[in-house]
Amino acid sequence: MTGRPPQADENPAGIDLPLEPLPGHSSLGRLERVLRRGEFAVTAELNPPDSANPADVYERAAIFDGWVDGINAVDASGANCHMSSVGICALLTRMGYAPIMQIACRDRNRIAIQGDVLGASAMGVGNILCLTGDGVQAGDQPGAKPVFDLDCMSLLETIRTMRDESKFLSGRKLTTPPAVFLGAAINPFAPPIDFRPHRLAKKIAAGAQFVQSQYCYDVPMFREYMKRVRDMGLTEHCFVMCGVGPLASARTARWMRSNVPGVHIPDTVIERLEGAENQKLEGKRLCIDIINEVKEIEGVSGVHMMAYRQEELVAEIVHDAGVLKGRRPWRKEPRADDMQVAERLEQILGEETTERQQEMAKDAAN
Amino acid sequence: MAERPQPTQASLVRKAQAKSDYKPADVSPQRRVQSRYTVRLWSVRHARGLEWLYKHFASVFLTLHPVWKTLGYGRVERPVKFVERNVKGLLFDCRMCGQCVLSSTGMSCPMNCPKQLRNGPCGGVRANGNCEVEPDMPCVWVKAWEGSRAMREGDMILSVQKPVDQSLRETSSWLRVTAQAAAERDRAKVEQP
Repeated sequence: MTGRPPQADENPAGIDLPLEPLPGHSSLGRLERVLRRGEFAVTAELNPPDSANPADVYERAAIFDGWVDGINAVDASGANCHMSSVGICALLTRMGYAPIMQIACRDRNRIAIQGDVLGASAMGVGNILCLTGDGVQAGDQPGAKPVFDLDCMSLLETIRTMRDESKFLSGRKLTTPPAVFLGAAINPFAPPIDFRPHRLAKKIAAGAQFVQSQYCYDVPMFREYMKRVRDMGLTEHCFVMCGVGPLASARTARWMRSNVPGVHIPDTVIERLEGAENQKLEGKRLCIDIINEVKEIEGVSGVHMMAYRQEELVAEIVHDAGVLKGRRPWRKEPRADDMQVAERLEQILGEETTERQQEMAKDAAN
Repeated sequence: MAERPQPTQASLVRKAQAKSDYKPADVSPQRRVQSRYTVRLWSVRHARGLEWLYKHFASVFLTLHPVWKTLGYGRVERPVKFVERNVKGLLFDCRMCGQCVLSSTGMSCPMNCPKQLRNGPCGGVRANGNCEVEPDMPCVWVKAWEGSRAMREGDMILSVQKPVDQSLRETSSWLRVTAQAAAERDRAKVEQP
């Protein structure tokens, strides 16, 4: 169907179709394949649109084309209202992208969440990231009712039970379980520091197969965390992806530090930005330097790029950091039938002739 | 050169709010606690002693199982619940979730977390160890970890807890645990006569 040589991790019958199941894999998605092959994975966060226009989602996803292995569809991050993660994922899977659907426990109870998991899996979503979610006070609707029916841990366990035991939390049977690769978030930079590795162990016990970390600006702290995680033998059961992102300026850094919950930015980073002539460029360089440092840490399987409102930098940073080592992640390329449509369209729009059936039949016969 | 960070919708909303002389002390919409957290923090500091006390208290309650049964669990529920609510309310700011996990959470009640997390701290804990939602409250889970380190069976904090069963709210956790333990004991007796 594609009419061109299929790319790695692509279903030759159609880009929007699930991949062949592989032994030991729990999803039919691309991200799990990349990670299990031992390749350094890159994921990025899509800035969710405040609109009902699908083109907005596709335009924002196209920025990452060919540079990332998975796209995170955030679930009202920071408790700000945007297009839902289920909606974004449904759109992205139609075009062959590998979305990572984030589920925050803040907005929905266990009934809604389990239904969404089934719906998302049916739409071809292969990865789900389980989050607790920021408190409603952080967002644009502080008067909302916080739900927090499940927490990230019981959410992981719930979806794992649905997948592995084919049943809801209540015990009711599922006819087709959701084939999903389960993820969670870690924040190695928030107190209680001693408990953080144990919390990762708990998440793995609950079902986490990969984790994405909070923004990492303090590499020594992350290295220390990873050492403890390795000593506990956790990296054998779970892929750890380090969260990184460029800072636009020292001012933004200060603002993030005091306003975004859970972000830790050391003073040295802010000083480095302040001392630079072009702060935005320095922020990008800083991000590349951090990636270069964390990719050498044993047990780090990839990076998760959160370049909020600087999405255009993702490709440059990934390129300059050289983490893909020449590998080219899947990108949306035209299929044979897309080419035919384009040719035909050109003919219709470009040529002045009127087509007659008699001539068309003659042409077709020759 | 430095680019002005764009104001978030949240800050715009906050700015647009009507000004008032009255500002509530706590911002958690779950329940407004006006306490100073003093007793709660004392309980965490004395987690080991309370653990010992709790263990013995539970066995006393279990020995009283025939009494409860004769009187009827339904009939003793009201007075027991009254005592439980007030004792645990004083010591732990108990929220009567009906499924007490204090022994697994370092004697720091997880229902006081604005996100009601039962499995450990969220990623939003402030650098000073305070809560993301309530800036003046020490994070329930930072305290839980401290308390658990003092306890004999503190490693219970490492096991994954099931989600809260909301249908058990406002019921007595003491009576439930006792009845379950008694049933467990009877079953063990039947299996090994």
